[in-house]
Amino acid sequence: MPLLLKGTLVTIEITFLTLAIGMLIAVPVSFGQVYGPKWGKVLIGIYEKVLRSIPGIVILFLIYYGLPRVGIQMSPFLACVIGLGLRSGAYQSQIFRGAIQSIDSTQMRASRSLGMSKMQGFRNVIFPQAFRVALPPWANEFTIVLKDSSFAYALGVTELLRQGRYIISTTYEPMLIFLTIAAIYFVITFTLNKSLQALETKLIIPGFDIREKIQ
Amino acid sequence: MSENKHILRVENLRKSFGDNVVLKDVSFTMDKGETKVIIGPSGTGKSTLLTCINQLVKPDSGTIYLKDINVTKAEEMNKIRARIGFVFQDFGLFSHLTAMRNVMIGPVKVQKMNKEDAKNLAYEELKRVGLLEHADKYPAQLSGGQKQRVGIARALAMQPELILFDEPTSALDPELIGEVLAVMKDLADNKMTMLIVTHEMGFARTVSDEIIFMEDGVIVEQGTPEKLFKNPEHKRTGEFLFKLTELYGEGDE
Ligand SMILES: Nc1ncnc2c1ncn2[C@@H]1O[C@H](COP(=O)(O)OP(=O)(O)OP(=O)(O)O)[C@@H](O)[C@H]1O
Ligand SMILES: [Mg+2]
Repeated sequence: MPLLLKGTLVTIEITFLTLAIGMLIAVPVSFGQVYGPKWGKVLIGIYEKVLRSIPGIVILFLIYYGLPRVGIQMSPFLACVIGLGLRSGAYQSQIFRGAIQSIDSTQMRASRSLGMSKMQGFRNVIFPQAFRVALPPWANEFTIVLKDSSFAYALGVTELLRQGRYIISTTYEPMLIFLTIAAIYFVITFTLNKSLQALETKLIIPGFDIREKIQ
Repeated sequence: MSENKHILRVENLRKSFGDNVVLKDVSFTMDKGETKVIIGPSGTGKSTLLTCINQLVKPDSGTIYLKDINVTKAEEMNKIRARIGFVFQDFGLFSHLTAMRNVMIGPVKVQKMNKEDAKNLAYEELKRVGLLEHADKYPAQLSGGQKQRVGIARALAMQPELILFDEPTSALDPELIGEVLAVMKDLADNKMTMLIVTHEMGFARTVSDEIIFMEDGVIVEQGTPEKLFKNPEHKRTGEFLFKLTELYGEGDE
């Protein structure tokens, strides 16, 4: 069991780092996609479409086995987090872009006419609202990344699933161990969804119905 | 004539969207303390004219002076925009902020005023538009008329030299129009410089110093309300005013 917990920790690490990298990419990318110059939109469009259409595992293999050919080598863990992060960035940018576009455009024009730059209008006015709209779909992206973190198995990272395989090879209890692993994934997902829901409730703005915005 | 006497001077403004020529050659001036009303049929370029003045839309040619600054060539446009208020037909209030914070945000984020001073200022401006008791409400909790008055207070808090209004009462239920017009009349009485696109003929007639009648991207005629209503130079002006008055009534307040 302590071994499984160790694996769980690695899984959680991968998930959070992936989401963090994804978000670091997604926020500026979604800003660029809505407010940026045309060439920026084109570039971002390419990034986002390419990464969303390649299977996660292929991205990881490309980074881990492919990049050393051009002299870039990294640990399996890092390759995994970067690969999944790049991919999650593409998905998250779509979530944020939709959320930004759901905020009525007069608010940006109003920000600009007060003398704010586009960036200030985004930071002070659009993003705080878009963030609230994005929370529910973002919670969904979280569960996807958590499950995709098991791709790290294929690169040899000792995350939850691989830890389980090791245990099975000595205990010969595949049913029990895999069920335990499934239960651990479930508990993480459940806890995080509950916390995000609590956050959502906490951030509710009177009269501004998020559910109405998403439909 | 001193070139810098006017607060706003628009000269030979032209703007097209693709091959749709929206503003053909628009020139006019505004002096300090003046209220001018722009009227004209839909699609004539009234909104485009206002957004060119604060450069949210870039004109193709022509010049716009705010006092002695050439706005069309200005490098620090954000600073200049901060000096021009804008009131929107659909309010554009920030949904995640209370009325109070909507009014504070400009002074705090743009003018870097400290929060305490901004709060006092917002308090004064909300009082001015009669909304003190609603200061802590969010936009979604306010009626249309109240929202628009917050919109006006938000513009006022920047101490603008000029406020542009784009059909400020067109999105309101008839019974809410009066409260917004009353605030605007009060501003006019206090010599705020205002350029207002509206169909409210009663307001135009009694409050404005001049009416500008636009059609198809040109100013057909401008002059005092008296002159335009009683004795217009162009037949079209008379026809349009007659139609508006029929549609919207005299609107005597
Ligand atoms: N961003 C834009 N892109 C393309 N065309 C535009 C844009 N903004 C305005 N137009 C066009 O310019 C013309 C004038 O529009 P504008 O909104 O200035 O008219 P208006 O006089 O304000 O009309 P209304 O009374 O309906 O508000 C219209 O034909 C409109 O379709
Ligand atoms: Mg208009």
